[in-house]
Amino acid sequence: MRNREIVPFLFIMLITALCAWIAFAPDNTWLGRDVSVRLGLDLQGGTQVLMKADGVVDKDIMATAATVIERRVNGLGVSEAIVQLSGKDRIIVELPGVRDPEQAIETLRGTGRLEFIDTKGQFLNEGTIIRTSGNPEPKVPEVDASKPVDPANPQPTVSPEVYQSITDGRDLDTRQVSLRVTNDSISAKPAVSFVFTGQSASDLATFTAANIQKPMCIVLDNVVVSCPVVQSALIGGSGEITTSTREDAEKILNQLKYGSLPITLSIESSRTVSATLGANSVQASIVAGMVGLIIVALFMIIYYRLPGVLATVALIIYTIIIYAVHKVIPITLTLSGIAGFILSIGLAVDANVLIFARLKEELRNKRSLLRAVDAGFDEAWPAIRDSSASTLITSAILFVFGNSFGVSLIKGFALTLALGIVLSLFTAVVVTRTFLRLIVRNGALQSLWLYEISNDPDLQEQSAV
Amino acid sequence: MKNIVSLRYIWFLISLLIIVPGAIYFALYGLRTGIDFAGGALWDLHFTTKQTSDLNTEKIGEIFAANGFEGAQVQVSTIKVNGKEIASAVVRTKELSPTSPEQQQRTILAALTAVYGDVQRESLQSVGPTVSAEATRSAAIAVLGACVAILIYLTMAFSKAPNPFRYGVCAVLAMLHDVLVVLGMAAILGHFIGLEIDAYFLTALLTIISFSVHDTIVVFDRIRENLMHRRAGEAFDDIINHSIVQTLPRSINTQLTSIFTLTALLLFGGVTIRNLVLVLLIGLISGTYSSIFNAAQLLVVWEHREWRNWFRRGSAAEA
Repeated sequence: MRNREIVPFLFIMLITALCAWIAFAPDNTWLGRDVSVRLGLDLQGGTQVLMKADGVVDKDIMATAATVIERRVNGLGVSEAIVQLSGKDRIIVELPGVRDPEQAIETLRGTGRLEFIDTKGQFLNEGTIIRTSGNPEPKVPEVDASKPVDPANPQPTVSPEVYQSITDGRDLDTRQVSLRVTNDSISAKPAVSFVFTGQSASDLATFTAANIQKPMCIVLDNVVVSCPVVQSALIGGSGEITTSTREDAEKILNQLKYGSLPITLSIESSRTVSATLGANSVQASIVAGMVGLIIVALFMIIYYRLPGVLATVALIIYTIIIYAVHKVIPITLTLSGIAGFILSIGLAVDANVLIFARLKEELRNKRSLLRAVDAGFDEAWPAIRDSSASTLITSAILFVFGNSFGVSLIKGFALTLALGIVLSLFTAVVVTRTFLRLIVRNGALQSLWLYEISNDPDLQEQSAV
Repeated sequence: MKNIVSLRYIWFLISLLIIVPGAIYFALYGLRTGIDFAGGALWDLHFTTKQTSDLNTEKIGEIFAANGFEGAQVQVSTIKVNGKEIASAVVRTKELSPTSPEQQQRTILAALTAVYGDVQRESLQSVGPTVSAEATRSAAIAVLGACVAILIYLTMAFSKAPNPFRYGVCAVLAMLHDVLVVLGMAAILGHFIGLEIDAYFLTALLTIISFSVHDTIVVFDRIRENLMHRRAGEAFDDIINHSIVQTLPRSINTQLTSIFTLTALLLFGGVTIRNLVLVLLIGLISGTYSSIFNAAQLLVVWEHREWRNWFRRGSAAEA
């Protein structure tokens, strides 16, 4: 008859050992896989933006835009970044751990349209926003009319003149865009070299041949990058953009190399968290989680005695399993996710509290210990099932609508809570029951005191009323 | 302990005594909505080279106004980071421009640095009007959806008991009680300590909904079981009362464990989720109260159709 407990017991031990192996894997590598904990933006710092496409767009354009942004993200070297389409015309970008979020977002949403314009012999200042025949309606930073103009830093304005574009951004050969940094001379400026093809290449060659010793302006997203003087004809459509800093060169390289965005994106919402704030939150949450676990364990043991000890063991197993599951799937851990986890400790204990309350009732009714254990679990089950189901329903609703914030904040909470309910069903029902049955069959721990029932028959009578 | 059911109108009155003041504050001042629902931007700034006393809220407000953010609300405080005291300012402004938010951030930070030395932007959240409007709409849908889904599930789960629909309705009524308590308290706390309704608040509210129903189900499950083994002549009220008494230890113990973990979170957890935890605590206490003192009692009221007597007798009781 022992098989009834031995098989589940071995199964529990196997699962626990497996999860402990994942949870405490050395170097966070398990079977050659990286199983380090993924921290959300609120914990490791970083930025998240919800960008909306301007004007009417369709699915294909949005998909292309997302791909371009994803390539640029990879070009930035941000690991674990997320680029996601949301709804019809939105893109969510999450960049964990970036140091300069403004620069990163600027790089991502710059359309990356490279043009050469004919300025009719004029020099234009770097940074000037102009209208080109390719894009006569550039996006301009909003000018606040109510605000007095700072003479030292005037708001950019756009002159009505429309300059003729010589090249078309679509003819840029993105594979041949590269960074050139010369180390031999301190004065040498970093540069991005490029090659145009097709019509633009021949147009560029024709224009430069006819305008030697005259200025020609290079324009990226309607902003003048530089106005070099044409030294010789650009045969074959290749040339260079020189910049003053390496960062600028890299930004231009990124935008040119990974293709131009087919749409302009405006930012609807953004969240940026610094790494220190995140690290502080992790520390605080770990302390809170530990304190919570210890108090609950003490309470369970003092109040329920032996079953309380078993429930605590089940709780520890639960913690190991849920941690391992987060690592192996992986589920991104957020601050609200941790709150969900700590809350789920209460849930995990609740199933045991229900069962133990029943167990006590059965013992008071003078059932044998083994029968009482089984009856306690069976009688408590409908309540556990229905209450878990209702919590699962609300977590599902939270999960679905958590999307509308464009934030993983609520989703993390819902996911952890739902996972906690399912796993706590396993630990509270299967684990505690198996342990309790194993012990009850072992003659040594039969004293009813251990089950919080007094051995005095008179007291038993009283408490049963 | 025979009085839990018979004193039901006293329990209902206690609930009203908590809900009515909250409702008054709600009517007078409404809820203080955070940027998630109202739109706007929230800047959390750390001044690493200054003391809190060096910071001037008006001056900071002026710097924001000079750079396109009029009407900024500035709150200055000292916070502890890794044992070090740091002067910090939380500034709420209108949302960042959708076209050039990067430039706006740089300008503000540069202007602040010019006056106060090194300024770290610890966090910055900006929510535009479309997003906040959508959030408000989906919040309402989420709460309603949760109510309907639970009503349907409970009616199904209690289909073997007599009048299954009543269980669902009474559980949802007890749950609405908790929602009202939490909203009322949020209005009061919003007025006195500036508690804001944000995405975290909504998360807390939906969790309270599920926990409240969770507690009520445990009581209802006992009632279902006891009704099945009903002895001849046993009064409905007595069965209900007995069921509540039987589940009382569990209700209190579960409540205690949740209060332990939440208090640990409140004391040791990060500042960011403090409001979430506070609201959860209020809601869980209310949820336990409503599942012990309201939910099953409503079943009794329904069983006797007591509302027919309410106005005839001039009783102050309401459900």
